[in-house]
Amino acid sequence: MNMIIGMLPSVLMIVAPILITAIGGMICEKSGVVNIALEGLMAIGACTAAAAHVLMEGSGMNHSLSLFLALSMGFLTGGLFSLVHAAAAINLNADQTISGTGINLLANGVTIFASQILFSSDRTREFRMGMQTDVLGIYPTAYIALVVVILSWFILYKLPFGMHLRACGEHPGAAESVGINVKRMRYWAVIASGVLAGLAGGCVVLTQTIQYTSNTINGRGFIALAAVSFGRWRPLGVAGAALLFGTAQAFSIIANNIPALRVLPTEVFNILPYVVTLAALVLFSGKNYAPAAAGTPYEKGAS
Amino acid sequence: MTTTKKRLVDNDGAVSVLVVLMGFLVGTILVALVGKNPLNMYKALFQALSGYNIDNGRMNVRYIAETLNYSVPFILCGLSMGFAKRVGLFNIGGEGQYIMGLTLAQTVALLGPQVVVLHWILAILSAIVIGALWGGVVGLLKAKYEVSEVVSTIMLNYVALYLSRIICLQLPGATTYKTANFPTTALIENRFFQTITHNSLLNNGIFMMVAAVLLFWYIMEKTSLGYGMRATGFNKDAARASGIPVVKSISISMAISGAFAGLAGGIVALGSFKYGRVLAGMDNYGFDGIAVALVGNCTALGTTLAGLLFGLLKNAQALMQGKQIPKEITFIIQGLIVIFIALRSALKLYQEYLDKRQLQKEVGVK
Repeated sequence: MNMIIGMLPSVLMIVAPILITAIGGMICEKSGVVNIALEGLMAIGACTAAAAHVLMEGSGMNHSLSLFLALSMGFLTGGLFSLVHAAAAINLNADQTISGTGINLLANGVTIFASQILFSSDRTREFRMGMQTDVLGIYPTAYIALVVVILSWFILYKLPFGMHLRACGEHPGAAESVGINVKRMRYWAVIASGVLAGLAGGCVVLTQTIQYTSNTINGRGFIALAAVSFGRWRPLGVAGAALLFGTAQAFSIIANNIPALRVLPTEVFNILPYVVTLAALVLFSGKNYAPAAAGTPYEKGAS
Repeated sequence: MTTTKKRLVDNDGAVSVLVVLMGFLVGTILVALVGKNPLNMYKALFQALSGYNIDNGRMNVRYIAETLNYSVPFILCGLSMGFAKRVGLFNIGGEGQYIMGLTLAQTVALLGPQVVVLHWILAILSAIVIGALWGGVVGLLKAKYEVSEVVSTIMLNYVALYLSRIICLQLPGATTYKTANFPTTALIENRFFQTITHNSLLNNGIFMMVAAVLLFWYIMEKTSLGYGMRATGFNKDAARASGIPVVKSISISMAISGAFAGLAGGIVALGSFKYGRVLAGMDNYGFDGIAVALVGNCTALGTTLAGLLFGLLKNAQALMQGKQIPKEITFIIQGLIVIFIALRSALKLYQEYLDKRQLQKEVGVK
């Protein structure tokens, strides 16, 4: 039991960014746009936050202020790049999987390119001190994630805005007919997924490492994407899924301290979250919970 | 005027060329914006393409051979993506299928019977088979359990990466990053190529790649299997109604798709390295294959040309770095190209707008 409590802080550290990103992805799909660019948007947010923090830290700025500004910048650049996906998917009827893939490829290049220009290296310079844990040993990112989950639930299910947004993902034609601006709603949703993924990227880099490298995000965005479908497009479900993945991942670190598990290669635990997701997707298949219009462009007046 | 525009929109090849040019244009602007000389980027590209170094006037055919060698896995992974796309599936799992192919080829190379010719054939065949299985599973999950192939392939990519590490760490002479050297019977090197190209890594894999391209073309365009697959891609319900077995179509096409990526893994393992690698991360050929196929419109010829372009970009990376151009600019150009491809539908929207204007003019609406 003590061990489980001891695990909790590292589980929360790993879960928080995945959960924040997944909630963004969920909002986006609820509006009818699939965003597989989450991985790339996280990378862009992480690189921005790491670069901003190390530069501000170097200029002698107050530590907390620097962290806050770094996260905010990750948040903003994530939103900025998601506009590319929004314009392509919403205005120009582009294939959403292709434009998402394009952003993922672009993020690979842009982040390291920027590091080359700023720090003459294929990674950002190391910062001295990232985020600090509170008295319980928990990083502030866990509380940010909690707020994001509650807010998303409240907005999506308790406010007219949320209902309109969900309507755009289920039946955009019907939504339009009662005066909802489908394209504008979808823009808000894509931007929400962008800013949250950017913020989450910042959370990863400021809690789990000391610099941004091409390996920092390492599939977290894709796991978040899976958490959306595994969590059946509901805030609580998505939170549960993210918690499961995070625990599985944290296990690979913790297993090192358990003699009985040390005989297994760490890779066995690395595989765990992915196998669990696959198994879950097969087990819970059958009924399709996805928003009906997710992934299809909406053309005014068509059908 | 309208007719030339219309022709451009309808011609997929022309759109691809336009998209590539746009990618390079934006990339060039970006290089200039950060205060570097874009001309150096093009010098590097030219040297990777022709072997000719503009700065010192020297010629070295090795660069051409390396460009060709780099393009082999790009083309094969492009075929992998393209084959699935033609059936209406988005195979993001090329990377995982590639990794499994690479892993099994390495395993057979180190543990298989050291018989001349038979050894490498066995290794390459097992790479193809495991790639097909790794892809086929996705098709089965999709057809039987309606699991989105986008999500399942992404999961399988990571499963493949870690599984590969587990397997390769058990191979003879394994350290944290490499295994023992392969026996020479497992290598697919080509002495003749090595002699005429100043010891480039160009190997027999290029012949396998050409065979794969021809096979892709033949299956897609000339067989009823390919016809059924393309029909499924166009309209699943219509295909089912006309008696085409859709579930079988999906599973088989994902398996064939995976086979191409598996072959790519086998060729890279036995052609470009003399020892087995314990992968620390992904090689990204599978991911880049997505872009290759999209640029090439998922056709055999288009994918080959696009793969050569990507091979050229990859080979030029080191040359660019030597000329103070961050090599990541090539990734940026690739990403931009894919984003611009996604905007292809925008061209169609523009065409519709023009048609509407034309029609309004004809009927005299003001």
